Amino acid sequence: MEWEIVIGLEIHAQLATQSKIFSGSSTAYGAEPNTQANLVDLAMPGVLPVLNKKAVEFGVKLGLALDAEIGKRSVFARKNYFYPDLPKGYQISQFELPIVGKGHLDIELEDGTVKRIGITRAHLEEDAGKSVHEGFVSQSGIDLNRASTPLLEIVSEPDIRSAKEAVAYVKKLHSLVRYLGICDGNMQEGSFRCDVNVSVHKPNTPFGTRVEIKNLNSFRFIERAINYEVQRQIDLNLEGKKDQIVQETVLFDPDKGETRSMRSKEDANDYRYFPDPDLLPVMVTDAEIEAIRATLPELPDTKKARFISEYGLSTYDAGLLVQSRDEAEYFETVAKSTGDAKLAANWMNGEVAARLNRAELEFEQLPIKADDLVGLLKRIQDNTISNKIAKDVFEAMWNGEGTADSIIEVKGLVQITDTGAIEAIIDEIIAANPKQVAEYRSGKDKMFGFFVGQAMKASKGKANPATLNDLLKQKLAG
Amino acid sequence: MSQTDTTSGALTALSIKALHQGITSGQFSVMEVTKAYLDRIERFDPALNTYITVTQESALKSAEVIDNRIRAGELTSPLAGVPYALKDLYCTTGVLTTAGSKILNNFISPYDAHVATQLKKAGGVLLGKNNMDEFAMGSSNESSAYGCVRNPWNTEHVPGGSSGGGSAAVAARLAPMVLGSDTGGSIRQPASFCGITGIKPTYGRISRYGMIAYASSLDQCGPMAVSAEDCALTLNVIAGFDERDSTCSTEAVPDYTATLNNPLAGLRIGIPKQFFAEGLNNEVATIIQAAIKSLEAQGATVKEVDLPNSHLAVPVYYILAPAEASSNLSRFDGVRYGYRCENPKDLTDLYKRTRAEGFGEEVKRRIMVGAYALSAGYYDAYYLKAQQVRRLIKDDFVQAFKEVDVLMGPCAPTAAFKIGEKINDPVAMYLEDLYTIPVSLAGLPGMSIPVGFTQAGLPVGMQLVGNYFNEARLLNIAHQYQQMTDWHTRMPAQFV
Amino acid sequence: MAAITIDEVKKVANLARLAVSDENACEYASSLSNILVLADQLEAIDTQGIIPMANPHDAIQRLREDTVTETNHRDEYQQIAPEVEDGLYLVPQVID
Repeated sequence: MEWEIVIGLEIHAQLATQSKIFSGSSTAYGAEPNTQANLVDLAMPGVLPVLNKKAVEFGVKLGLALDAEIGKRSVFARKNYFYPDLPKGYQISQFELPIVGKGHLDIELEDGTVKRIGITRAHLEEDAGKSVHEGFVSQSGIDLNRASTPLLEIVSEPDIRSAKEAVAYVKKLHSLVRYLGICDGNMQEGSFRCDVNVSVHKPNTPFGTRVEIKNLNSFRFIERAINYEVQRQIDLNLEGKKDQIVQETVLFDPDKGETRSMRSKEDANDYRYFPDPDLLPVMVTDAEIEAIRATLPELPDTKKARFISEYGLSTYDAGLLVQSRDEAEYFETVAKSTGDAKLAANWMNGEVAARLNRAELEFEQLPIKADDLVGLLKRIQDNTISNKIAKDVFEAMWNGEGTADSIIEVKGLVQITDTGAIEAIIDEIIAANPKQVAEYRSGKDKMFGFFVGQAMKASKGKANPATLNDLLKQKLAG
Repeated sequence: MSQTDTTSGALTALSIKALHQGITSGQFSVMEVTKAYLDRIERFDPALNTYITVTQESALKSAEVIDNRIRAGELTSPLAGVPYALKDLYCTTGVLTTAGSKILNNFISPYDAHVATQLKKAGGVLLGKNNMDEFAMGSSNESSAYGCVRNPWNTEHVPGGSSGGGSAAVAARLAPMVLGSDTGGSIRQPASFCGITGIKPTYGRISRYGMIAYASSLDQCGPMAVSAEDCALTLNVIAGFDERDSTCSTEAVPDYTATLNNPLAGLRIGIPKQFFAEGLNNEVATIIQAAIKSLEAQGATVKEVDLPNSHLAVPVYYILAPAEASSNLSRFDGVRYGYRCENPKDLTDLYKRTRAEGFGEEVKRRIMVGAYALSAGYYDAYYLKAQQVRRLIKDDFVQAFKEVDVLMGPCAPTAAFKIGEKINDPVAMYLEDLYTIPVSLAGLPGMSIPVGFTQAGLPVGMQLVGNYFNEARLLNIAHQYQQMTDWHTRMPAQFV
Repeated sequence: MAAITIDEVKKVANLARLAVSDENACEYASSLSNILVLADQLEAIDTQGIIPMANPHDAIQRLREDTVTETNHRDEYQQIAPEVEDGLYLVPQVID
């Protein structure tokens, strides 16, 4: 019998509010240490928390998008533990009554099938500050700028069965929070962090002991960390050392490709949760929920279905295009303006995606505006340039050299469709290559490609490929 | 000074209303009043230890500014120019704020508590910060890291607690008015022990912002002064909504002075039978009963009421308050402010020694009790159970207030006890608060007014309990009683 | 409930980050036990179906508009800190 892998995820999404969850400090990333930590964030004696309305709205938004129960009465509790990045000595979080209850998220597997992953809950809480180790000997520096930044912790059911599924789930959720505009999704800056619970067992036996891998901040690390941990657990099982798998919290070291135990979590087993007496129960009415529902954008799954039916896209193409809301909107602009959705999809999933990938950029960082891509595709549609030349023009546009039209003009890339001009080129080539002409005429059809190549070269790629083909065939036929 | 009777002794005998009139009519200046109080503090406080910090310099400075502003017509509040002191758990910008603890022995607050801001805006003059039981945990003021406070009526006795510094200061006229705080009786019991008037308003009536927390669901600020009228004038300035405290009420604030003179005819007084049961000192009982009789003579009716769960209040309180405190006091870790132990060898050592050295015994005991009650396996049996019983206690009061307008009884089972008498028996000390704690748990307004003296010459206070947000009625009753009696104006002979 | 043991005292003291000597632990064990005896009076009370009371008014949370109202006061706030460097609060090394 094969080992079954059981994975559950806890994702911390920093909410894209202007101010903190319990204070009026800015949440902007990257400020000088402790310049965005006010009296409340510093836990001065006597200060009190007041809840940010937007954080609650964002929680409800996510709940609606996950088709989840909305906590109409949610309660903040204190999670008590000592850590220098936690100035109050407790984290304000939701425990028994979260803002979002049971829901689900559908992910698409590699074979195209759809799998439903259960969402256990999502709750609002405050982020901790940061410890800085560089530049100190036997001491650490504490920066509390991040303290009290709002988070939604989204907890999945242990429904995930492989590292690939885990990545698909995280990507889907990542896409969803950005669609909703509740989180910027910046994993490098820690706006979207994953904790992964992993265990292995034989099917139809109880779940194995789970190990929690903390703070994974890239899709790639999630996959590598899970694969490492799974292998480690299977190996221990096979070696008869199952008892060495203990319930613990580990960190993944991407350089070594291994996980290691977190010492700081060793005795954090009794958090003494109780309702925070400084905060009252949060009530959300049906009317408020409906008002928030009305602000929801079209979500990825709905959008994908529409792209397939409305634009005739393949499931694959549509799936790629709806990953980000910006990209989907970009696509629709291009598809509508060019009137050719296929062409738009091919370009976006082809050239545009490849170029972004090479530059290691996100779609949101694409330097070419939708209208400018439309300008380029229109020149393909009206035969001004070939698809191949268009790629060169695209590169020039990427480099900021101007619009498609100005680049085509400056570089003289207009396609040659004038049959006279093309005939002249062909005549020259036939005259210069009598041996190849003879071979072709004696039945060596493959030589045709040679003549196309020579002619294209001579026209600097500008000859209209269809016209060239036709004329070449005529001329060579003699 | 235009009149001969406004010597410093006479100035400090004036009510807030009289001070205001004298200042606005130009009879005397804010500076003269301030100096009169500072002189008395210098003279008498060494024997009483009611102040942890006297803000002499800033008091004189602000007296001068306020004199000018009153003359310019910029300040018209009845508290303009009136000196006051704050319990040392109200944060005050640039002033040491210790909460009676060593762990804050160097904490110069970078901000003002809401009530400090309100009094500042009204033009009050801060004389200093009053001594208190450490983190408001105590009923005798013996747990202060800054020495115990002595009762002005007999310096061998405690002033009560935890607002004992403030109550003793008012009793000895070292301040005309102070702000205390009450979690389980910390305004009412010391007011009773010191023969002054104190009111703990409804929970949420006054913002807790900037008040160093003991038990957040119980803590409430309140004024302590000579008379109910002075309390009303103060409450007018400090009560009301503050957006920085989520638990602060939006309920409209009436003018508490407007109803002081309403007649008492038709007043329905409830006497909780549990408040006169075994354990109440006979002498105290007799004095309280006499006071109630005198109100009956004014046309009030008296009826016995039942608070069947009130005997559970002390156990409920001693689970809930320490539980909240154990968490509230976690921020004192030696990292961002306050005391830090010498040469910590690692992070855990920093925490453990800072807190073990910085907190006193009673505070540590309550942190331990609270952490235990919240810990895995005990939460349901202790914390949750206590919260359920808390509701039963509240419901008893709700029921009682369907039939009566006010409840009356003792504030404490005895008059002030001797220093050291109960210090080694925490449970006996906790039982001191058995009449005040049920009211705190319910979140109702409660008040203490002086109603007589024991044979030994110690004051006895009567507790008045009103319905939610009905502070005005309590002040009205107290004021009417004080129109008929002079217990509240008497002063301890040693400090005249 | 049973009396508190010294081990329990030590466990709770660790949770609360309070250093306790063996001698102190003994003292705490007995004084905590006494307080909890007081608390044990609640055990017999029937509270079936009673909603726990967290706040006297059973009020609901008011929400703040999402606006930045704070400015930088770091230097002022760090004046009262035991140890700071380059704007950071210093503590003995934090080990993850």
